Amino acid sequence: MPSIITVERLSKLYHIGASNPHGGTLRESVRDFARNPLASLMKMAERGREELWSLKDVSFEVGQGEIVGLIGSNGAGKSTLLKILSRITEPTTGRVRLYGRVGSLLEVGTGFHPELTGRENIFLNGAILGMRRQEIERKFDEIIAFSEIERFIDTAVKYYSSGMYMRLAFAIAAHLETEILIVDEVLAVGDADFQKKCLGKMGEVTNEGRTVLFVSHNMNAVRALCGRVIWLDKGEIVKAGETEQVVLNYLQKGAAPTLEHVWDDPMTAPGNEKVRLRSARVRLPEQGRSQPIFVNTPFQIEFEFWNYLPGAVLNFTMHLYTQGAPVFSTASEVKPRPGGLLREVVSVPANFLNDELYSVTIQVVQDTTETLYLHPEVLTFEVQDVARPGDNWFGKWPGVIRPNLAWVSQDVAKGGAAWVQMIRPSQSS
Amino acid sequence: MGTSTANHDTTAPAGARGGGLLRKSPPTGASGPFKDPPVVIEPTTFWSALELREMWLHRELLYFLVWRDVKVRYRQALFGITWVVLQPLTMALVFTFVFARIGRIPTNDVPYPLFAYAGLMLWTFFAGAIATTGNSLVGNAHLVTKVYFPRLLLPVATVAARLIDLGVVLVILVGLMLYYRVGLTAHLLAAPIPILLITFLALGVGLWMSAVNVKYRDIGIAIPLLMQLWMFASPVVYGLGSVPKGLQRAFSLNPMVGIIEGFRASLFGTDFDWPSMLISAGFTVLLLIYGTYAFQRRQRTFADII
Repeated sequence: MPSIITVERLSKLYHIGASNPHGGTLRESVRDFARNPLASLMKMAERGREELWSLKDVSFEVGQGEIVGLIGSNGAGKSTLLKILSRITEPTTGRVRLYGRVGSLLEVGTGFHPELTGRENIFLNGAILGMRRQEIERKFDEIIAFSEIERFIDTAVKYYSSGMYMRLAFAIAAHLETEILIVDEVLAVGDADFQKKCLGKMGEVTNEGRTVLFVSHNMNAVRALCGRVIWLDKGEIVKAGETEQVVLNYLQKGAAPTLEHVWDDPMTAPGNEKVRLRSARVRLPEQGRSQPIFVNTPFQIEFEFWNYLPGAVLNFTMHLYTQGAPVFSTASEVKPRPGGLLREVVSVPANFLNDELYSVTIQVVQDTTETLYLHPEVLTFEVQDVARPGDNWFGKWPGVIRPNLAWVSQDVAKGGAAWVQMIRPSQSS
Repeated sequence: MGTSTANHDTTAPAGARGGGLLRKSPPTGASGPFKDPPVVIEPTTFWSALELREMWLHRELLYFLVWRDVKVRYRQALFGITWVVLQPLTMALVFTFVFARIGRIPTNDVPYPLFAYAGLMLWTFFAGAIATTGNSLVGNAHLVTKVYFPRLLLPVATVAARLIDLGVVLVILVGLMLYYRVGLTAHLLAAPIPILLITFLALGVGLWMSAVNVKYRDIGIAIPLLMQLWMFASPVVYGLGSVPKGLQRAFSLNPMVGIIEGFRASLFGTDFDWPSMLISAGFTVLLLIYGTYAFQRRQRTFADII
């Protein structure tokens, strides 16, 4: 099979630790230099030393018509790779050869203008994504039908619900006819039916001989769609090959625990103009960071966030995953929240989870329907098995959870099968 | 690769394109992806980054970017037009009243409101174009970080959208000329020259500013003050005739002098001052080249630092 994407020894260097990630102001630069020219120059030199190789010597090929999955924890270099392939940013060294047009969906709805109607935004967004005008005109009816918002097509999109907005945005993206399609986690939003429709559309895309590079944290989607998977970690390829093999390997030892994430600067914190995450952490009863979580350790998961919608009816949903499959979801109370920096804490009881590696996805929902923000895999933590005194079996308990439920032993001869009074599982074992 | 889930069904029936029964259409460029030379992504040098070919390939996007700006501005047609016209018109009125009190401005017998409006409409276009172009990258950061297209399109589209505004204020100018019964001369044929010059001058300055603005956000704050000073140093509300004879040549080193005076000469049939127009043309070319250079030099890092 001829390769349609050839990536040769690609590396990307970022300079980090600059005093202001947004580049600072001219006033600051001039002032610093005027006050202390030497220190200012030294700072500039130092800036060059704080380097981060977001990609290191990455090489791979993708054949025509393949769907290749790209997996790895946050910060593994997936986004950088996609940005280079989409030509948004340049590599520091190395080379990519692409045979064909690239359509990249690093987000859907890029360039939507709130004041313009759905119809107008189809043309604008289509052009931004690289579609030709004729192409958009030809696909126009199909796009509207796919989006299921015919009735509102001449309404300004600022009046759309976020669901409608996403539908329209994805409908346009799904009709991109480029030979190569780069897709980043856009399926994380939208309701289940629409997600299914989108996944179906992606499968259809490769039947047309097109090539897809797909980034996702959702291992079920990766398993369902991708023929081959590349696993990145710290900018390097850990493993590449047949999907099931790589995904299993990744799930077994890939994701290192992240017990805490803090973003101090609201400018760079993940989120949007409605809500931004300030921190997420796993809290243990005793404040020792290095302490392991045992199956009998109760713990809490805490989120701090900036709410820019004072008075909005919000609630938080925490989705817990293990091995890429959902374990459970739990939602906080639905009520109006004040603006400002808020904190949400959810308690996980002892003797509930199994000894597994779990990941936490957080979702902020408005009015119980609209997803304001979703952060996949914001935390990962490992639950350890406890020593089991008096137990001669050391095997692994099967299952994604391991609740300690009430058991009662009765002598059948002594009486009827009465309702057994539930006893709260004890904290100790 | 044999494990790919794709059916390599690239051989669609010949009638697929015409047949309405088939929902899937074959990929565009039905000739197959391998006929075209590959897109090569590698660290660029300065000149390989100029991307004139890419600009041409993305001409439709340029059209849509201009269309977006214009559409949003003129969404409510009357309000949009009023807004665009109001600024030069009220300014012309204000200066008419001011100069009626503090002394006459030599205008070669052109009615002062018309004289001032001609200068102010060019200046409003110029200042507006520089301000919006300077902000075109930062203001479209969501595009710059999410999709590829030649970055030069953004400032170019912004200036182009401003030209539409210029067209609107030109209509008012024509109205004023009819009202004051100004006779037209063959000089009018030269009117596109100053308009072309001012457009490219605005683009040159705007290109430089937009690139610098990505790194130093506060440059946007300093600009209005500088533009205000530049306006009073240019013959916007007065003419070259108000400047002492001996200073006129030095004064004409300001590229706006040749442009505005040239525009008035073509409208009112007065004499062209060719040396000052040549100076303007020279400055415009230099600033355009420098602006493009500054833009290209920084554009590789836009997505990383914006």
